[in-house]
Amino acid sequence: MELLSTSLVDWSRGQFALTAMYHWLFVPLTLGLGVIQAIMETIYVKTGKEEWKKAAKFWMTIFGINFAIGVATGIILEFQFGTNWSNYSFFVGDIFGAPLAIEGILAFFMEATFISIMFFGWNKVSKGVHLAATWLTITGATLSALWILVANAWMQLPLGMEFNPTTVRNEMVDFWSIISSPVAINKFFHAVASGWVEASVIVLGISSWYLIKKRKEEFAKKSILVAASFGLFAVLFIIFTGHGSAQQVAAHQPMKLAVMEGLYEGREGAPLVAMGVINPKKETYNDDVDPVVMAIEFPKMLSWLSFSDVNAYVPGIRNIVEGGYTKPDGKIADSFETKKQMGQTAITALKNYKIAEAAKDTAAMAVHKTTLDANYKYFGYGYLDKPEDTIPNVPLVFYSFHIMVILGVLFLLNFALALFLGWKNKLSDYKWILWVFLWTIPLGYLAGQLGWIVAEVGRQPWTIQDILPVQAAVSSLQTSSVLITFVLFAVLFTVLLIAEISIMLKQIRKGPESN
Amino acid sequence: MITYSFLQHYWWFLISLLGGLLSFLLFVQGGQTLIKSLGKTEDERKLITNVIGKKWHYTFTTLVTFGGAFFASFPLFYSTSFGGAYWVWMLILFCFIIQAVSYEYQNKPGNFFGKNAYRGFLFANGLLGTFLLGAAIATFFTGSQFSVNKANIAEFSGQFAPVISQWQSPWKGLELLFSDLRVWLFGFTVFFLARTLAVLFLKNRIDNQAIEERLKKALLMNAVPFLVFFLTFLIWTLLAKGFAVDPATGVVSLEQFKYFNNLIQVPVLLILLLLGVVGVLYGIGFSVLKNTWRKGIWFAGIGTVLTVTTLLLVAGYNNTAYYPSTYDLQSSLTIFNSSSSYYTLKVMSIVSFLIPFVLAYIFYAWRALEKGHATIDEFKEGHSY
Ligand code: HDD
Ligand code: HEM
Ligand code: HEM
Repeated sequence: MELLSTSLVDWSRGQFALTAMYHWLFVPLTLGLGVIQAIMETIYVKTGKEEWKKAAKFWMTIFGINFAIGVATGIILEFQFGTNWSNYSFFVGDIFGAPLAIEGILAFFMEATFISIMFFGWNKVSKGVHLAATWLTITGATLSALWILVANAWMQLPLGMEFNPTTVRNEMVDFWSIISSPVAINKFFHAVASGWVEASVIVLGISSWYLIKKRKEEFAKKSILVAASFGLFAVLFIIFTGHGSAQQVAAHQPMKLAVMEGLYEGREGAPLVAMGVINPKKETYNDDVDPVVMAIEFPKMLSWLSFSDVNAYVPGIRNIVEGGYTKPDGKIADSFETKKQMGQTAITALKNYKIAEAAKDTAAMAVHKTTLDANYKYFGYGYLDKPEDTIPNVPLVFYSFHIMVILGVLFLLNFALALFLGWKNKLSDYKWILWVFLWTIPLGYLAGQLGWIVAEVGRQPWTIQDILPVQAAVSSLQTSSVLITFVLFAVLFTVLLIAEISIMLKQIRKGPESN
Repeated sequence: MITYSFLQHYWWFLISLLGGLLSFLLFVQGGQTLIKSLGKTEDERKLITNVIGKKWHYTFTTLVTFGGAFFASFPLFYSTSFGGAYWVWMLILFCFIIQAVSYEYQNKPGNFFGKNAYRGFLFANGLLGTFLLGAAIATFFTGSQFSVNKANIAEFSGQFAPVISQWQSPWKGLELLFSDLRVWLFGFTVFFLARTLAVLFLKNRIDNQAIEERLKKALLMNAVPFLVFFLTFLIWTLLAKGFAVDPATGVVSLEQFKYFNNLIQVPVLLILLLLGVVGVLYGIGFSVLKNTWRKGIWFAGIGTVLTVTTLLLVAGYNNTAYYPSTYDLQSSLTIFNSSSSYYTLKVMSIVSFLIPFVLAYIFYAWRALEKGHATIDEFKEGHSY
């Protein structure tokens, strides 16, 4: 057996993070622009006005450029579960593989098939069929988001499964509970809505540029109208589902919540930090240094947001490590040491079970299985060493979370303002506002990336919450192999990104008519 | 009564079918290696690129779905092969990443590398992608060096990686190229098959004298090597030792003529294989003989699906280990010891009933876009690659 190398784990994580973040640069625009162009084409079919067709076609060109690279980055993510997280793929493949397969069969084929009609079918099928194809393309994309987010949500809240010591893997026992998991539902709506918001930010920004340059003004105003109303709806929805996501985090991943808020010492009626600065002097979870300095707080809001009760107790990082507080379900929280003990007991029981199984000693097998079952909920803690292993990177998650939320508020203001000025037909009078809209484009991308950092870095070290930490999920490879593929991916994706941006800028400069 | 074994066979059938469909759809890749030699002017090249390019999503999506379905139905294969033969799969992935952007970007202004670079990407995808996929499939018959020990997961000292599947060669998959000549044979088989199918597809679709002349020659140039490689691989494999599983104990052993015996013991497979091979030969042969006949692609295409599907069935059915380990015979993967649980296979089987609907709309869309034959003028306006 090969020695475990922490650098192998780190490079594998780095590679996954790199490829996932690249993928997520393109996915949101696909999800959002798909809806925006379908709305425009619908207006065209309803009113018969050619301008709307031209507008829809222009955004479809942008969509196509973005889509191609979205597909290129997606295939890597899927196969990486096998190549780099092979132990994970075996240990939970019985559950995790299913959504990926369903995604391929039901969603990707829908997307791939109807996109060909959307692009090549303008003169080959009727108006109505073409419109249906446009809507079905985005439906396919959204369904693919649904399945992958069901898969991701299951990693954050594993349910509907049982551990089988004979096959040494987790097996699915309830498919319905996996797809109807509250985490999955919140995640789906929040992540898809983030795509809608990002695309609206981008369409608003690009259209503002046309107004600044006094080109294609009619087209730009139409696009702004659609983007601002759709964006306003989406951003309200995102705040609502973001709140839902936070409640799910509070219920199932208390450590993530504590890290998001930089909360080390738990308290009743906990305040929500609007913004603050993480104290660099804080070194361990149990020194008495104040973790957040210069914070602006909303009193009692965190308790209320998390548990819908202004006086509810929110545990801090230190409490979660040390245990002993009362959880919302009335039980007393276990300490890290207890969890680690139980995890090791579970793993040892599994080992003994396999020995008994080889010796065909059914009585002993039954005994070990009982021990295993009783301790399985903390199985993953058996692989960990010290309490610090369970604490994610606090500053990264803290800042990511707060900046994401602040950006959400900014987008809300932008869309409302754009809608108001568009309504009064005064957009061109306020050049500086148009510049603001233009410069908000990168912030749209930023918000989406930060969201995933909160969700994913915030759950470290778990690939499957409490069951499988990263070091037990990774493939047995040489670090150098992963290092090489990491560099190859970084170079290749970066180069393709540059090409994509450059093509897009050229198309935007060309504008709608001439494509 | 639906038994576990039935579901395992059903899912191995679906995986094999996806493999068969993928092999057929690789004509897109084959065509990518022919753009330069079949098209002499830029207009001709553009025509070929567009006719082939309209189908690239199907091949790509089939590959993705093949992976996803394999993961869900045989997760132990997914973790053993992908996590072990790391470099083979990574190279395949790189070939497909560069393909995915190339069609859309090659003719767009500001594409940074220039058209020829993207054509180069398409060529690389067509050459390496087909060869490596073929090579990977060949190892289903020749074996790889890995061991599987599920008890490894109970290793938690923090010193050892508790990994269940361990690949034994430090070359992580690259060593397969030197393990058995059949790996090369099948790699080239798939490469030349893809090109042959591409020629037949273009013959069916294109209305352009100059190109049609060149297609005639290209057909023979690719069909002959394809047949030589394929028949050598097939006969060699049928005569070689195969990896047999004792149904009672699950013990794996080497058996002379195992794959040949599978065909004899399960006559349906023999019939399917013969039908497939005859279909391919008919599609190619008649196209060579009769220049005006354009339907060769359908015979050769359906023949390819049948042949490859059957080959994969031969590798997995009738108590055969489909992913053999030459390092430790008993670690070899069979459809029984590597599948998902009964429950998961059942849920997925219910989902699979939707596949006919998917095929129906694919069929509709394919037809809707293929009215008449493609000419150079067709791609001068509107969305094109
Ligand atoms: C919320 C949405 C979402 C998320 C979280 C992900 N994806 Fe994605 N994916 C899409 C939404 C999407 C999409 C919108 O459907 C894409 C993006 C651009 C595109 O072409 O389709 C896509 C494309 C795409 C493709 C190419 C499909 C094709 O052939 O058309 C693959 C294989 C994956 N994804 C796989 C993954 C995996 C394994 C992920 C997780 C680790 C993942 N995606 C995260
Ligand atoms: C596209 C959106 C996603 C982004 C941007 C994203 C981001 C990240 C990041 C930043 C990490 C590294 C965390 C760290 O090492 O500190 C990570 C790890 C990981 N994520 Fe995601 N993630 C995304 C979607 C998903 C989905 C949908 C899944 C599952 C289906 C998933 C599964 C994993 C796994 C297995 C790891 C590696 C192990 C780990 O470090 O936890 N991710 N992801
Ligand atoms: C304005 C209020 C917002 C709140 C309260 C909020 C809350 C949250 C929370 C709590 C999570 C973590 C969920 C988890 O770990 O499971 C999350 C994730 C995420 N957020 Fe937000 N968010 C807001 C705005 C935004 C905006 C404006 C965007 C982007 C445009 C965005 C994009 C994301 C993404 C992509 C994720 C990762 C996917 C997920 O876990 O759902 N969020 N958000």
